[in-house]
Amino acid sequence: MSGFFKSSIGRKIAMALSAFFLMFFLLQHFAINILSVFSPDLFNEVSHFMGTNPLVQFALQPVLIFGVVFHFVMGFVLEIKNRNARQISYAKNNGSANSTWMSRNMIWSGVAILAFIILHFIDFWFPEINTKFIKGDWSGLHEGVEGYRYFEELQHKFHSHIRTIAYVIAFVFLMLHLLHGFTSAFQSMGATAGRKKTLQNIGKAYSIIIPLGFIFIALYHHLKYVLG
Amino acid sequence: MKLTLKIWRQKSAESKGKIVDYKLDDVSPDMSFLEMLDVLNQDLINKNEEPVAFDHDCREGICGMCSMFINGRSHGPDRAITVCQLHMRSFSDGDTIYIEPWRAKAFPVIKDLIVDRSAFDRIQQAGGFISVNTSGNTQDANAIPISKHAADEAMDAATCIGCGACVASCKNSSAMLFVGAKVSQYALLPQGQVEAADRVKNMVAQMDLEGFGNCTNTGACEVECPKGISLENIARMNRELIKANL
Repeated sequence: MSGFFKSSIGRKIAMALSAFFLMFFLLQHFAINILSVFSPDLFNEVSHFMGTNPLVQFALQPVLIFGVVFHFVMGFVLEIKNRNARQISYAKNNGSANSTWMSRNMIWSGVAILAFIILHFIDFWFPEINTKFIKGDWSGLHEGVEGYRYFEELQHKFHSHIRTIAYVIAFVFLMLHLLHGFTSAFQSMGATAGRKKTLQNIGKAYSIIIPLGFIFIALYHHLKYVLG
Repeated sequence: MKLTLKIWRQKSAESKGKIVDYKLDDVSPDMSFLEMLDVLNQDLINKNEEPVAFDHDCREGICGMCSMFINGRSHGPDRAITVCQLHMRSFSDGDTIYIEPWRAKAFPVIKDLIVDRSAFDRIQQAGGFISVNTSGNTQDANAIPISKHAADEAMDAATCIGCGACVASCKNSSAMLFVGAKVSQYALLPQGQVEAADRVKNMVAQMDLEGFGNCTNTGACEVECPKGISLENIARMNRELIKANL
């Protein structure tokens, strides 16, 4: 089986499996974040559960980190290998005649998403790890904040114009990445037989709705702050 | 028609190549692309210059020899044809046309527009066949019931002429449409089942060994394939490889 994952197809299947996992994670992340728009209390409750549940923290979180790192590393490894497969470029290459911009530029939308993830980790994940694992504070409380601190922290991050714009741009790149990546993952798994059109439609819906939803959440909190 | 041709010229596999400009003043729109190149070559020969080397054989879209990347696309601007089926009426008077060889590490240039596609032969030799006794007592093919659907799909896959346009148009120089078609053509038929697992494993291993890139599902190969080989063949190859490894 190790030989399988060393083959070109095995690697693209590994990419697809990590993509499925990340797309599922994105869905649950969105489901939790959208609560911040409708019910800050419920958002706090769910965030506290996710932030303190041992299964989530000690089993799912490491798997998620591995999934993210694996998807990026494998993406870059395959890109280098693929570039190496054509050592002299065409003087004239009309790629737009036979493929979409999204499909040809997955590496660049991926780099934009990686930059966003670094920003997102600095904003939320590193402070969270610091609070819980270094300071040892698992209470979810913060001085001067009534109830759990999560909603307050989320709102505070979107006070900045620049950060809000950066998040919106990153979600546009996420949309572009997903518009090709969703169906591509199913194709890599060989799961498109007889249902390609359906998968493409589901893929379009997922790829547009989820990033737009995240953009809505970012703008909602920013405008709420700006407009008072 | 007056045309400016920008053609890749390379003396040998070892030498460095470059794009060289040529002018043609009297091209008929009814000429095929290869006939236009024949006219250019006659001009070059008359001037004691080296003619442009290019692959061609049947000139009716069957053999898959004519392999040129024309104005940024495999086999030129029209769909589902080879270069020999491309006619000059697809271009306009005054056009500049880029003519380049297939570009892939696994398809090294031999001379000018001719590339070495023997990597495809080695992939075929690795498993693109069925082992049958052909000593005179071969069973009639119609004695084995095969559904119309499977027979049609196998036939569609078998129409691959191995021209290499899929590799040339893929941004990764991936050969997966070719290998997918060859794997599918047997995977869909009962005769191919006996060696199915070994076939897909060996053909994929040889494909990787030849230095082709990995498929990222852009779909460029399907669009540029002169025989309309579907991406579904790549999905089927992936399924076959998963099945062979489980």
